[in-house]
Amino acid sequence: MSTTTELNIGHDVHHDEHHDHKQSFISKYIFSTDHKMIAKQYLVTGIFWGIIGVLMSVLFRVQLGFPGANLEWLRPVLGGWLTEAGKIDPEFYLALVTMHGTIMVFFVLTAGLSGTFSNYLIPLQIGARDMASGFMNMLSYWFFFISSIVMLSSIFIESGPAAGGWTVYPPLSALPQAIQGSQLGMTLWLVAMVFFIVSILLGGINYITTVINLRTEGMTFTRLPLTIWSFFLTAVIGLLSFPVLFAAALLLVFDRSFGTSFYLSDIYIGGEALPNMGGSPILYQHLFWFLGHPEVYIVLLPALGITSEIIATNSRKPIFGYRAMIGSMLGITVLSFVVWAHHMFVSGLNPFLGSVFMFLTLIIAVPSAVKVFNYITTLWKGNIIFTPATLFSIGLVSFFISGGLTGIFLGNSVIDIQLHDTYFVVAHFHLVMGSLSIFGLLAGIYHWFPKMFGRMMDAKLGHIHFWMTFIGVYLIFFPMHYIGIAGFPRRYYSWTNFDAFSGYTDLNMFVSIAAFVTVAAQFIFLFNFFYSMYRGKKAPQNPWNSNTLEWTAPIEPGHGNWVGEIPKVYRWPYDYSKPGAKDDFIPQHVPLSTTPESNLPHEQELAKQEQLNTSAHAKTTES
Amino acid sequence: MDKSIEIDQKDIKPSLKILSMHPLKFAMWLFIVSIVMMFAALTSAYIVRQAEGDWLIYELPTVFLINTFILLSSSVTMHIAYAAARKDNFKTLKVAMVLTSALAIAFLVGQYYAWGALVDIEVYFVGNPAGSFLYVISGLHAFHLITGVIFIFIMLFSAFKYKVHSKNMVKMEMCTTYWHFLDGLWVYLYIFLLLNH
Repeated sequence: MSTTTELNIGHDVHHDEHHDHKQSFISKYIFSTDHKMIAKQYLVTGIFWGIIGVLMSVLFRVQLGFPGANLEWLRPVLGGWLTEAGKIDPEFYLALVTMHGTIMVFFVLTAGLSGTFSNYLIPLQIGARDMASGFMNMLSYWFFFISSIVMLSSIFIESGPAAGGWTVYPPLSALPQAIQGSQLGMTLWLVAMVFFIVSILLGGINYITTVINLRTEGMTFTRLPLTIWSFFLTAVIGLLSFPVLFAAALLLVFDRSFGTSFYLSDIYIGGEALPNMGGSPILYQHLFWFLGHPEVYIVLLPALGITSEIIATNSRKPIFGYRAMIGSMLGITVLSFVVWAHHMFVSGLNPFLGSVFMFLTLIIAVPSAVKVFNYITTLWKGNIIFTPATLFSIGLVSFFISGGLTGIFLGNSVIDIQLHDTYFVVAHFHLVMGSLSIFGLLAGIYHWFPKMFGRMMDAKLGHIHFWMTFIGVYLIFFPMHYIGIAGFPRRYYSWTNFDAFSGYTDLNMFVSIAAFVTVAAQFIFLFNFFYSMYRGKKAPQNPWNSNTLEWTAPIEPGHGNWVGEIPKVYRWPYDYSKPGAKDDFIPQHVPLSTTPESNLPHEQELAKQEQLNTSAHAKTTES
Repeated sequence: MDKSIEIDQKDIKPSLKILSMHPLKFAMWLFIVSIVMMFAALTSAYIVRQAEGDWLIYELPTVFLINTFILLSSSVTMHIAYAAARKDNFKTLKVAMVLTSALAIAFLVGQYYAWGALVDIEVYFVGNPAGSFLYVISGLHAFHLITGVIFIFIMLFSAFKYKVHSKNMVKMEMCTTYWHFLDGLWVYLYIFLLLNH
């Protein structure tokens, strides 16, 4: 082994000397194969999509909080999407909620979150020079880019984007004559998703291969930071579930464009029967939710991984129950594939099957509770440093509890009959999946911004951003639970026509105002992000006194990450406040043999072995 | 940023201590997993839909059986090519690769005829899902087979340039794995369709 290492070093140094040329603008910023640049591309595209998705929610919140509000002044932007009276067009409203869901779930929280942090952190934290295949990685981003272009263009066509809900259930989505959104907009939606799936698969294959094959010496699976574990499992889930969405989408494409009857049967339009016979719309739901539920964890796990890292670092304490954390993530991964039918309790599912799925769903509460418990016990009696990243991580844990609890209600097939497709569901998944993952994304940005751009973000603005967002999110989504229990169905354009629902107009108005304030707070973040990129305080080598490997790389690492040899790893990443140690952290690349004062008994043994290895290593190099 | 280190694939060596499989080969296996999931989805959709009744029953054309044997024999020639490459037996390698390509194309043509045979017994793409599923499943398999044929062609060209030899087997191994997989996938699909039509 030692000889190969020596050869590698020689190789790198050689490169450093002779090939230190400047890359062209295109190969550095556009068609880059550097995982760090690709991560930033994902991040910026994700932020762009985030802005669009959030602005869409503002528009439909206007309609929900202030039904019939006159938006005539927005006619230059919205044009024909306003009715004669200046109100939002009902079909446009449906398109808005559909696109908001699609954009947020897929483009922001899947590509934006996983794409950014898996790409950025996997090679840096496991000690690799780049992804297993930089080219495939670049391809992954550009497929995502094409997908984004197609999806974006669908917003600007005359018949509007897809409008059948982000789940695009047939027959609504399959029949162009059903609503405007099922015409060209739906076709573009499907095309965009096909590109998106290719992108996710290319990315996921790369992440898994990199984690398994390219870890530096000493980086065993039980020394991996929990971030890497979460990205790894996320990629595994994506690899197993997205092909199923591909199959579902393919059959939908055939139904829409070629006249097959996979999902269509016995449909009458204007008194005339369609030729389609023998299809089953429930089949689509099964296929869709086989992806759809794991997708929830694709969105969730990276956020949880980021939180583990940030909470341990900023509590200055080892993460509580490292192995239990891995175990619970593995449990969530496995369980995520066997619970999909809890989205279909009211679809005429066999009640016995329903109780099986209910049982499996409720089991997920166990690993989730283990994780929450571990976060809280890590924080417990820690020397907590309240950076914006810490605050967002703690906020995330709060959403995990409050949103997770309602998941237990919804997982019950009996209670779900009442709550299905009401605002209760909307409140539940916006807390536990939407806000939680957004908080993970924001925490990650605040925490790794110094590594990404070599500068610090402003902490004060970060604190203001946090408190406004955190309180705002609860003000938006807590009242929605009541609205939901009262039976308000989701995706409705207006309720004022129904006496039963007109009682909650004030609550809806309150929610809308809270939403506007929360959205406004995000501009503080945007300003902070882009301003700090150029004018922020210069970042030190290790701003958070963190243990993981990325902070040993140069402050602004070049392609290849480390100049010279890749650091070796001698310990797990959570040696914070170790009794006896000089500092309150010992980075992963510090050998046990140099820290005899803080080693535990079994580590003393390892330290001895280390010394033996190094002396053997020295001998072979001499000879 | 200026101090970027020019790196190429050779630098991204696997840490030999951890796992000896080449990263690209491993990535190929993961790609295969995703294909498996896609066909698992389609075949389970097939079963679920069939259980609901209103299902057209028909005999699978015998062309499919002939095609299966053609594809199986292409797997044999592929393996001969692989074994020859490992032993630097270039003559056999080239012959076997050409044969594999020919058999692969014969299979694709055969699948086209099988679709013709389906139309003859009035099983159409548009109509009862029983038929539609057959077309989608065999069509999607054919699409993947085309990507496999492209891979084989690339290896064929490399073989003629003497770039495939015992010291340079990674791509050849990947090609062989992919081809055997596509072959096995078809055998599964054929038996599945035979048992569930």
